Amino acid sequence: MRRRALVLAARVIQTRGQHLGLKTFSGGVHPPTAKGLTKGEAIVVAALPERVVIPLRQSLGAPATPCVSVGDDVKVGQRIGDAAGFVSVPVHASIAGTVSAVGRFPHPVGGEQDAVVIEGNGSEEWHESVRPREDVGSLASDEIRRIIQDAGLAGLGGAAFPTHVKLSPPESKPIDTVILNGAECEPWLTADHRLMLEKPEEILQGLSIFMRALGCERGYVGIEANKPDAVQAMRKAVPSGSGLTIVPLQVKYPQGAEKQLIQAILRRAVPAGGLPMDVGVVVQNVGTALAAYEAVHLGRPLTRRVMTLTGTPVARPSNFLARIGTLVSDLVEQAGSLKGDLAKVVSGGPMMGIAQFTLDVPVIKGLSGMLFLARGEVHAAPPDPCIRCGHCVHSCPMKLVPTTIEKFVVAEKIDEAVRVGLLDCIECGSCAYVCPSRRRLVHYFKYGKYLANERRKAQATEAETKEG
Amino acid sequence: MDGRLLVSASPHIREDVSVQKVMYGVVIALAPAIAGSFYFYGSRALFLTGLACLTALVTEAVIQKMRGVPVTIRDGSALVTGILVAFNIPPGVPWWIPVVGAFFAIAIGKQIFGGLGYNPLNPALLGRAFLLASWPVHMTTMWLPARGGTLSGITMRGVDAVTQATPLAVLRKVSEIISDPSSTTHQIVQAREVLADLGSVDSMLSLFVGRVGGCIGETSALLLLIGAVYLLYRHFIDWRIPVSYVGTVAVLAWIFGGPSGLLTGNALYHVLAGGLILGAFYMATDMVTSPGSPRGMLIFGVGCGVLTSIIRTVGGYPEGVSYSILLMNVATPLIDRHTRPKKFGEVKESG
Repeated sequence: MRRRALVLAARVIQTRGQHLGLKTFSGGVHPPTAKGLTKGEAIVVAALPERVVIPLRQSLGAPATPCVSVGDDVKVGQRIGDAAGFVSVPVHASIAGTVSAVGRFPHPVGGEQDAVVIEGNGSEEWHESVRPREDVGSLASDEIRRIIQDAGLAGLGGAAFPTHVKLSPPESKPIDTVILNGAECEPWLTADHRLMLEKPEEILQGLSIFMRALGCERGYVGIEANKPDAVQAMRKAVPSGSGLTIVPLQVKYPQGAEKQLIQAILRRAVPAGGLPMDVGVVVQNVGTALAAYEAVHLGRPLTRRVMTLTGTPVARPSNFLARIGTLVSDLVEQAGSLKGDLAKVVSGGPMMGIAQFTLDVPVIKGLSGMLFLARGEVHAAPPDPCIRCGHCVHSCPMKLVPTTIEKFVVAEKIDEAVRVGLLDCIECGSCAYVCPSRRRLVHYFKYGKYLANERRKAQATEAETKEG
Repeated sequence: MDGRLLVSASPHIREDVSVQKVMYGVVIALAPAIAGSFYFYGSRALFLTGLACLTALVTEAVIQKMRGVPVTIRDGSALVTGILVAFNIPPGVPWWIPVVGAFFAIAIGKQIFGGLGYNPLNPALLGRAFLLASWPVHMTTMWLPARGGTLSGITMRGVDAVTQATPLAVLRKVSEIISDPSSTTHQIVQAREVLADLGSVDSMLSLFVGRVGGCIGETSALLLLIGAVYLLYRHFIDWRIPVSYVGTVAVLAWIFGGPSGLLTGNALYHVLAGGLILGAFYMATDMVTSPGSPRGMLIFGVGCGVLTSIIRTVGGYPEGVSYSILLMNVATPLIDRHTRPKKFGEVKESG
């Protein structure tokens, strides 16, 4: 009897945390990882597109201002949009050819955005400004930052925060650790996984560049333990005595969320409303590290990235090295087109990705994948009343009470919603994922944040008019 | 592809759970106890349970029609309420008792507040409280002895009071006799013998398997616990409320529950007798009416345990589970408010 109880207890513990002893955070959920379709697929260089649509807004902050006009000839790596201020990055031509339009086009983050369209001439000629750098060892930290901004780097993990801004903390916030995010906790996506298998040295070189720019000694790469081959490949690539550590992490969503990653690896809690730099940490995606290596060592601006095109309706799910601006519809053709009953297309992963209304959206710097879901895989059933089961509370990695926030937002009581943590929500979707009543929690959090933002703007204008 | 894509906010996948699955999970968990009630009390137990379920479903459907809202009797919640109402009434009652109880539970306990998710009190327990207040004789005397056992779980020595009462009522009676200064020596000796019998292995075993008198579904700790293990395994209930509830009752029964002074109580007897297991695992854990945070659950469970112990040892009823849970249901919003989890990275404001 007692032994049975022990066995049962062990089983309960096992189902709750598959990898006891591995580092992680509290809360979170266990969606099926669904990475089998593409994790064994080596990165394929996507065919040179005939036409690219390069949005000027590809990072948080101000969109770039176009510096080419219709009719101009451009080469690969040539700047076509200038950074509009410090929190902004330039954009570059990803193919050689002629600018055929500057206008508004569908954007994977939603709606339409200004973009530069280039009709290719079939050549892959780099622009004269792209030259490998010999003197990398002697670069000062602000030179590194400038190179990285000029190369147009913005986080490749999805949030697309300008990389150089993260590398420029104020004097009052000394950084002692850089963490590379290789968790790739979103189901289906395998782009970072493949990158770590195929380019481990370059990724670690990128990490060293970040550490030099910040003047810190400690570097970590966090990888979910369901990618043992990536952990091994990265460990093998670590130069001895380098101060770099590869950390396998428990497989749990959202292990790759910035604050949760820091919590897991360093046991430091970023204060509510704060940034990683408040605890002396900068987090960058592994893809961003590769882009930093290419920018600093090879002199190449960010004109292509690895992204996963996957889902059961895709004939040949693939990891593509695609040029920025390549239309997803072009990539779908290369993946053997679509079969079956397509219901939803999502940019990014299924937990946080954005549903698309057209396939004519371009690959952008922050696009880690494009996921195609069949009819039976999406849940469109209407929500039931909340039965207060509390699963959302237990799953929230930010330790919020999602239902309370939802109630306040539905009632448009934004002050109360903010008081109970609306702005702390990272929109990871764990709460909505586990909700037995299928409540549209994240939908309301996004709406609430929008209302909060609108009101802040209105108050700012009001204050201005009063002063004026 | 017909060119029409579904567009909605993330997340785009959901766990394979639903209210329906949770509710039918509870029904599955209650199945062993339903079978047990049939075994111990015969087909009348099934008949009364069926009536309660039917009444609950019909009441829910009719009221939802009247309210002009979708009829959701397939979600299983009314079925669960129906079963639990029946589980809380004695097996010897007339047929209309479960009907009235289930009607009251659904109409007044649930639908009047807006239906599933909006009721502040456990509907089944409210139904029981209504029955207990309105037909106390039916609800406290119409017991049936269980097959293979007696009403009290012990066979006794020519004392009628012992065979005419449920285990907790017998315990209460003998405790009163022992602590009453006007009792004769003979009475006290006899009471002590009964007390010793109650604590015997045989009597405990009867309580554990359910070979005693009591409400339809409450007597077999074994069958209820089998279902509870299933609920815990499926994560449909959390361990905190039942464990803290039962644990508190056990500790308080040991300290205060004995007739011969402090620390002489029989903790296991208090845990197994009456409706504690049913209440702790199936009713106190009702998600709608109990707190959601881990700390809140512990407070709720301990609160239920304290109230149950008070009612059982010094209150007017031999049994206190249902009122304890109802009282703690009332306290749930307050507990929730004061046990909000600390936000990630929340810093205590100084000063």
